[in-house]
Amino acid sequence: MASRPLGLGETLLLGLAGLSSFIGLWSFLSLSGIVPAQFLPGPLDVASRFWTLLTAPFAGATLPAHLASSFQRYAYGVLLAAMIGIPLGLLMGFFRLLDDIVTPIFDGLRFIAPIAWVPFAALWFGTGVGGPIMIIFAGAFPPCLINAYRGARFVEPRLVEAARMLGTPSSRMILEVLLPAAVPSIIAGLRVSAGLGWQSLVGAELIVAAAGVGFMMVQAQGSVQTPTVMAGMIAIGLVGMLIDVLLRQGEGWLRRRRGLES
Amino acid sequence: MAPLASRKTNLASRKTNLASRKTIIGGLTVIGLIVLWFVLTTFTGLVTGARFPSPAEFWLSLNQINGRGYAGSTLASHALHSLKLVLMGFTVAVLTGVPLGLWMGWSRRAEAFINPVFLIIRPIPPLAWIPLAILWLGLGDAAKILVIWFSAFVPSVINAFTGVRNIDKPILEAARMLGTPRWRMVREVILPASLPMIFTGLRLSLQASWTTLVAAELVGALVGVGFVLNMAQQDIYPGMILVGMVTVGILGWATTLLLARIERQALAWNVAARD
Repeated sequence: MASRPLGLGETLLLGLAGLSSFIGLWSFLSLSGIVPAQFLPGPLDVASRFWTLLTAPFAGATLPAHLASSFQRYAYGVLLAAMIGIPLGLLMGFFRLLDDIVTPIFDGLRFIAPIAWVPFAALWFGTGVGGPIMIIFAGAFPPCLINAYRGARFVEPRLVEAARMLGTPSSRMILEVLLPAAVPSIIAGLRVSAGLGWQSLVGAELIVAAAGVGFMMVQAQGSVQTPTVMAGMIAIGLVGMLIDVLLRQGEGWLRRRRGLES
Repeated sequence: MAPLASRKTNLASRKTNLASRKTIIGGLTVIGLIVLWFVLTTFTGLVTGARFPSPAEFWLSLNQINGRGYAGSTLASHALHSLKLVLMGFTVAVLTGVPLGLWMGWSRRAEAFINPVFLIIRPIPPLAWIPLAILWLGLGDAAKILVIWFSAFVPSVINAFTGVRNIDKPILEAARMLGTPRWRMVREVILPASLPMIFTGLRLSLQASWTTLVAAELVGALVGVGFVLNMAQQDIYPGMILVGMVTVGILGWATTLLLARIERQALAWNVAARD
């Protein structure tokens, strides 16, 4: 029954049981030959492949080098999205006219999956660095904009009225009233952006890049090297998790500093 | 209370004024964009056809794919094929994910058992499963359904789980006190009470389904809107790229609208969801 939380011991025990049945099932399917090992290598094979890839190059680079090149593009894309999305969102939250102009455009583009920008991205910015950055941007931009907008739009009206009564000019209103009040919402948006951007990066690299983890996985898929594909998946998952943990920490720190409950 | 009444009507008329102002500016924006499109591509040639199609080129591409077809068939059959795959993957994900989420929400034991596995699989973005799915199932429909299932599964599970956990305790206790049998408890208390959250999850799932399908079709396919995009990219055919993108947008919009309508029907009893 859902009412009582389990004790720590029971939670750990059940969790271990869950994990070991997952790994057990995986090993069984692979080792017994029900699924050919070529298509489903066992956990140990994947782990050892991961270990080898840390030093041995595949598709032109080692796994850390691929990750570094992926991460560089990712950082550019997300930064660009934040640098354009957050100010635009704040301005839209303040100037009604801008809101009315941008919202219909934004609503029209919203339903196009970020990945669908791949052909134009490749056409406009090439498949090297620019194209993938644009796709990451397409994935990471909407949450930045929406959350900055919401944060600015739903600021306590009394604050805005008080500031306006004191004759605050628009520029200071945005920077000193709306921006600080919107920070929690903006940070939450950044976290969503970071996740979606990472996801878009993987998609972009599967399709157009010539380096990066996604590219490595496509190459491995082409030559039926399943352990390498799975090692790539693990690497992507780990980095994604790391990004999320770091941003969560940052968010918690910020909230504590501002005296909000964590 | 005449003053209050008049104030109310004033407020109401101000609201409609604001709404009509919004539509007017929105309409002007759309018209402005279309004019800008003509000006940049056709009248001044600032943007050449190699970068972005002019309205005429877009129209020609649309006619070509509707008539002779492009990338193997007409736009309608590409679109229908993609739609079919999304609906199948999405349905499988919902039918498996929602019950799992409900179960994990209901039973702490189930949560403790499944959560660690879930936690290690979840950080892997759905798109990262595409190469593995192709290795396992090839370039056909099965691989796409598998990847869509992966991507739509997670939001379904999480939101169903949260939905159950957020049910007001007194409701559960009252039902339990009345001796509600287990099956009726699930069907008449837990499911309806968590339905708003479940639908939030379904919306995310649907969005994820489209993203994943387009990506999977771009990586490798023989038919579908993503395949149209892929061929158009290889042929460096901007008009057709735009046709593909517009189609993706319309399909995403239409299915989202359909889901919203279903949600309104299913949650007709829920006042909060009605607005």
